[in-house]
Amino acid sequence: MGEAIVITSGKGGVGKTTTSANLGTALALLGKKVAMVDTDIGLRNLDVVMGLENRIIYDLVDVAEGRCRLQQALVKDKRFEELYMLPAAQTKDKSDVTPEQVKDIVLELKREYDYVIIDCPAGIEQGFRNAVAGADRAIVVTTPENAAVRDADRVIGLLEGSKVPAKLVVNRIRPAMVKSGEMLDIDEICQVLAVDLLGIVPDDERVIKAANSGEPTVMDPSSRAAIAYRNIARRILGDMVPLMQLEERPGRLRRLVKFLGMG
Amino acid sequence: MTDKQRITIKGVKDGLIFLFDDQCELSELMEELQFKLEKSHQQLLSGPLVHVHVRLGARSLEEEDKERIRSLIRQKGNLLVQSIESEAAAEEGDEAGKQAFKLMTGMIRSGQTVEHDGSLLLLGDVNPGGTVRCTGDIYVLGALRGMAHAGCEGREEAIIAASLLRPTQLRIADVISRPPEEWMSGDASMEYAYLEDGRMQIDKMNQLARMRKETMLFKGV
Repeated sequence: MGEAIVITSGKGGVGKTTTSANLGTALALLGKKVAMVDTDIGLRNLDVVMGLENRIIYDLVDVAEGRCRLQQALVKDKRFEELYMLPAAQTKDKSDVTPEQVKDIVLELKREYDYVIIDCPAGIEQGFRNAVAGADRAIVVTTPENAAVRDADRVIGLLEGSKVPAKLVVNRIRPAMVKSGEMLDIDEICQVLAVDLLGIVPDDERVIKAANSGEPTVMDPSSRAAIAYRNIARRILGDMVPLMQLEERPGRLRRLVKFLGMG
Repeated sequence: MTDKQRITIKGVKDGLIFLFDDQCELSELMEELQFKLEKSHQQLLSGPLVHVHVRLGARSLEEEDKERIRSLIRQKGNLLVQSIESEAAAEEGDEAGKQAFKLMTGMIRSGQTVEHDGSLLLLGDVNPGGTVRCTGDIYVLGALRGMAHAGCEGREEAIIAASLLRPTQLRIADVISRPPEEWMSGDASMEYAYLEDGRMQIDKMNQLARMRKETMLFKGV
């Protein structure tokens, strides 16, 4: 029996879908059988980020309403043999499926796959309830902005209410801005939210480029965000991986200059 | 009739108290009541007008059942039912007057609200977007970053204290205050907010004793 993890945030645009795509891919990269479920009915994106848009035949609502079998709706990834995605419907609405239906689908996927990654829509309404219904645990994604932290807090409260343990991923950190005090630092965020930190992801332009080309960032090991996502995936598997050092290491010359007291 | 008494009748200054057993079936009670009124206690219950208070114990009854008891007792012309009360209801009434103190452990996150009739001691944080509302004082052993409303039914002596006082907004009685910059002292000491001449003030915790002027009893020395 696998494990279902919902990726949620409350606020929109903090990187839920990017995180889902990258963690799903990273877990597949580590040799796990992974199914990703897009529950953002009406505004599906996961297929675009994964570059699988043109392979969709059936969707989540079709499965829920019994128009097709679950196996028929799953889209196989182009890079990995054991990575699948269940797309959301684009023409329907969040209220066209019930939490019970999503729960049944997730349960069926858990029998077959090691990990079921559920991409949650923004907000805390029906779409959120659908996404959380079948989850064993949650990853709350936030960015170092007050509004995002506020919404993450709200979502953590709701998750606690439905007994889903949550861990935190702080996305899109700009080390230079944190250092200069213009951006919330990670300690501050963790103090307010009081949940375990699962990982931090630095802001990286390559993430945007990768999403546009339908190739998850995590495939490109030269990107710092990719390493961050791989670290998070390893932590999900239970490995102890130290948090990424955000500041660029000063070069040897700079260190010498500093050592001589001239920096 | 069984040997066990389910209804005890006591005489008090202003009439009679009927103590009802709260474990047995209601029907048994009604039977015994009827028996007592008509047979065993007939002499005692006839004569001048007497006020009757019915105590139900832990049992709580629907209005309909209470009416049945009333009409049964009323059949004896000299008995006048003054009240029918259960213990639970009586306790509630007491508590409101007593300023109940409540201890709570947990975190109040954005969108969550805690309300309490009395004073509250919270072991945990109140996050931005979270709300605590009390008729008495609010003490937070943790960071208060959300909204706190003390003395929400108009008690102006109420205070709000927190290990880390960084609220988005404070309210005491009808006064609403938004923390100005100078509140952010940056000190790690515990602070409290209070009202002085209708204005919100902040001070260090050790000043509270001066304001309250309560006498403290010390052991030894």
